[in-house]
Amino acid sequence: MSPSELSERVADALSYARKRGASQAEASASNNTGLTLRVRMREVETLESHQDHSLGVTVYRGKRRGSASTSDLSSGAVRETVDKALSLARFAAEDEYAGLADADRMATEFPDLDLHHPWDLEAEQAMDLALECEAAALDLDPRISNSEGAGVDTGESAFAYGNSHGFLQGGRSSNHSLSCVVLGEQDGQMERDYDFSVARAPEELTPVKEVGESAAERTIRRLGARKISSTKAPVLFAPRVARSLIGHFCAAVSGRALYNRASFLLDSLDKPVFADCVNLNERPHLPRGLASHAYDGEGVATADRDLVCGGVLKGYFLGSYSARKLGMATTGNAGGAHNLFLESTGQSWENLLAEMGEGLVVTEMMGQGANTVTGDYSRGAAGYWVRDGAVEHAVHEITVAGNLKDMFRNIAAIGSDVDRRGGIYTGSILIEDLSIAGA
Amino acid sequence: MNRISDPSTFEVQQQALALARGSLLESADLGDSQLDRALGALLRPGVDWGDLYFSEYSSESWVLEDGIVKTASHDRGRGMSARAVSGEKSGFAYSDDLDPATLLSAARTAGAIARGGGRGRIELRREGASRRLYPAGDPGDGYSDASRVELLHALDREARAADTRVRQVIASLSIARNLMLVCSSDGRLAADDRPLVRLGVTVLLEQNGEVRHGVAGWGGRLPLTDLVAADSPGEYAREAVRQAVVNLDAQPAPAGEEIVVLGPGWPGVLLHEAVGHGLEGDFNRKGVSAFAGRIGEAVATDQCTVVDDGSMPGRRGSLEIDDEGTPTGRTVLIENGVLAGYMQDRLNAGLMGVRPTGNGRRESYAHLPMPRMTNTFMMPGPHDPEEIIRSVKKGVYAKNFGGGQVDITSGKFVFSASEAYRIENGRLGAPLRDATLIGDGPTVLTRVSMVGSDLALDPGVGVCGKDGQTVPVGVGMPTIRVDGITFGGTA
Repeated sequence: MSPSELSERVADALSYARKRGASQAEASASNNTGLTLRVRMREVETLESHQDHSLGVTVYRGKRRGSASTSDLSSGAVRETVDKALSLARFAAEDEYAGLADADRMATEFPDLDLHHPWDLEAEQAMDLALECEAAALDLDPRISNSEGAGVDTGESAFAYGNSHGFLQGGRSSNHSLSCVVLGEQDGQMERDYDFSVARAPEELTPVKEVGESAAERTIRRLGARKISSTKAPVLFAPRVARSLIGHFCAAVSGRALYNRASFLLDSLDKPVFADCVNLNERPHLPRGLASHAYDGEGVATADRDLVCGGVLKGYFLGSYSARKLGMATTGNAGGAHNLFLESTGQSWENLLAEMGEGLVVTEMMGQGANTVTGDYSRGAAGYWVRDGAVEHAVHEITVAGNLKDMFRNIAAIGSDVDRRGGIYTGSILIEDLSIAGA
Repeated sequence: MNRISDPSTFEVQQQALALARGSLLESADLGDSQLDRALGALLRPGVDWGDLYFSEYSSESWVLEDGIVKTASHDRGRGMSARAVSGEKSGFAYSDDLDPATLLSAARTAGAIARGGGRGRIELRREGASRRLYPAGDPGDGYSDASRVELLHALDREARAADTRVRQVIASLSIARNLMLVCSSDGRLAADDRPLVRLGVTVLLEQNGEVRHGVAGWGGRLPLTDLVAADSPGEYAREAVRQAVVNLDAQPAPAGEEIVVLGPGWPGVLLHEAVGHGLEGDFNRKGVSAFAGRIGEAVATDQCTVVDDGSMPGRRGSLEIDDEGTPTGRTVLIENGVLAGYMQDRLNAGLMGVRPTGNGRRESYAHLPMPRMTNTFMMPGPHDPEEIIRSVKKGVYAKNFGGGQVDITSGKFVFSASEAYRIENGRLGAPLRDATLIGDGPTVLTRVSMVGSDLALDPGVGVCGKDGQTVPVGVGMPTIRVDGITFGGTA
């Protein structure tokens, strides 16, 4: 289904909602198609073809709210869905903060974010790519003993959003990815690691051979891992896991956590929450960005902004509801953050290892272990022990713990090795003095 | 093709089947001849077997916050998928359009996997379900919208009445129903009508500017009326408040290896992570699990017997039949310390030459089935739980946990303690702050020195994620003593 067809369904849902007595309404619809091919041990394992669509509607009867969604986009089903939302709204309570975002905040400019680059990928071609990717991993080193496979994914979405302010927009986007997971074995110990690439445009994907070789190299580096004794030491979070630290920050300064007072960063606006070297900004209109949006989940215009300047918190992530609850204005983040950039303090990965001297590099984390209410942080980890700025041996079966408030204040450096494979762009993060639990 | 339902299936199955045929097939003009054509398209030369899967779901959720029900939402949908299996290969296509043309096209797409030719035919066995683990029909029936609202208000009232320091209560209710039908190329046609309900309460409590939270919830595959009749909302509201109060006084948790006593019930998440995932058939067929090839070996002390049982009435992880039509049952994973068996779906069981165990599950029609856990727990042992705590001179008692995760290859796993206490000289001491525990799956149960008599299952709120698919599960355990596991605190 095309964006214009989806827009028609959305418009139909909105006009029907108004006709049936909704004072306000909003609706969104999407249609996704795609192909996933996985190979394992040099043979095709799965070939999956995807096709799905859905439509969701939220209606207001004055200050009462109801929502419903359906995977059936026929006119009859859409109208039934609206009726269901309206009937549920009767049972919701009056909520003085409920309603659409203010009309004057609706986006009026729609820059081309260059998000749609379909990949006319045939199964045969996907198979060749995946096989080449896995082969590069399997053939790298005799210690690579087994595989969980390599995969190629391609997907396209069409979407539309509209509300009863008269806002109605649709668009298209694409997402493509490659991944590889292999196992290594040494002295009876098995380890596995992975690598992947993801992009809006197929030509921006990392070459399959590099992805495969990198997965194998990572696996080999984990062989011989051992537990270390409990200690306190500096910890360098590699970019693929450093991203999660910024994720915890986002959770703590999101509207719902703040108005429920369920955040370790309550009342922190204009106060230092990070070390002075930390600058974080949001760039929603980044061409081909994985989290780029011209407008948020309520139609509100998005714009570049600074969230953290010199360690000082300059903004929250708010939608219109949480903004009203807090007596503030929406920041255009209904639905989340749009491309966050943590500025590097300039050091390369090697420089960071040298700066750390002796300590722990974390390359993989396990479990949730971050409490947004208190900031208490304790997660399973694996990586390497570093001495004199060089990797000494692999480490596993340990935890890294502290309190996020202190951890953010103790960030010593942010590497230039930026990982661009997600909505949070960050290099490695070096944090002084964390508790490591092991033997 | 002859497609009759198995003669050993009973009335329950017949009822679900009649309902599913009407709702999923007949309403979409899918008669026997359309199914035959689709199976024909699926079974191209080289395809060993395949199945067509249809499902229809509806779910409703209600949320209370700030003392008012702020939102209610409803979601529904239906769809179908076709799967063709050729040796270790699977072809798969799905759509949320239910009509003969889309079905045929999905079957052709899935069948194309066998281009390279397949292996010998996998021998499938016919089995029938003969139980009623949960009632058919809408689990919300008999509970009006107004009563649903009132139920959330009751949770709010009870929590606020329990302690004046309660600042916020978030209560939620979810009611879901999933009607599925699977039609496989050996002629099996089976259906299941699955209810799932869940209530949850989160409490935020503030004292001297310090905020702590507590969480409780309960649920299962049963009508909402039965869920609420069995356990009073007040009990769970007070439990959430109790946890938040305990957290107010929590001290930094220790960092390093500790003797840990795990309480009964939800701490069974240890088993789910430490051994459960590692005993799923796919990982063992591929040799990527730390448990691969170890059947018959000692992986635990002889007090430990661990089972997975999908046939427990009303439990969140239970199913009459799995998503491939195989009746669920009890699979002994570890018997008196010895690794006894794996959990299997049809594909992996066939390739390993064993019987499917009824563990072939999928999140929805849009996902391929995989071996998954149902309700996984340890059988009770001889010890009085008090005696177990008394036996520890210095250690930690962990009573409640959040989630966990495992690396099935290295066997390393984590689970996060949300309520724990020091044990000093056999008595419980100060409560401890949240901390993650990390251990080694293949060896952690060899350190279980005492198993309690107090087996309990979790209250029915667990979910498990694997390869991007989420399914409801249950866990359980008696009190156990583990002589050494790394506690990930800061002290």
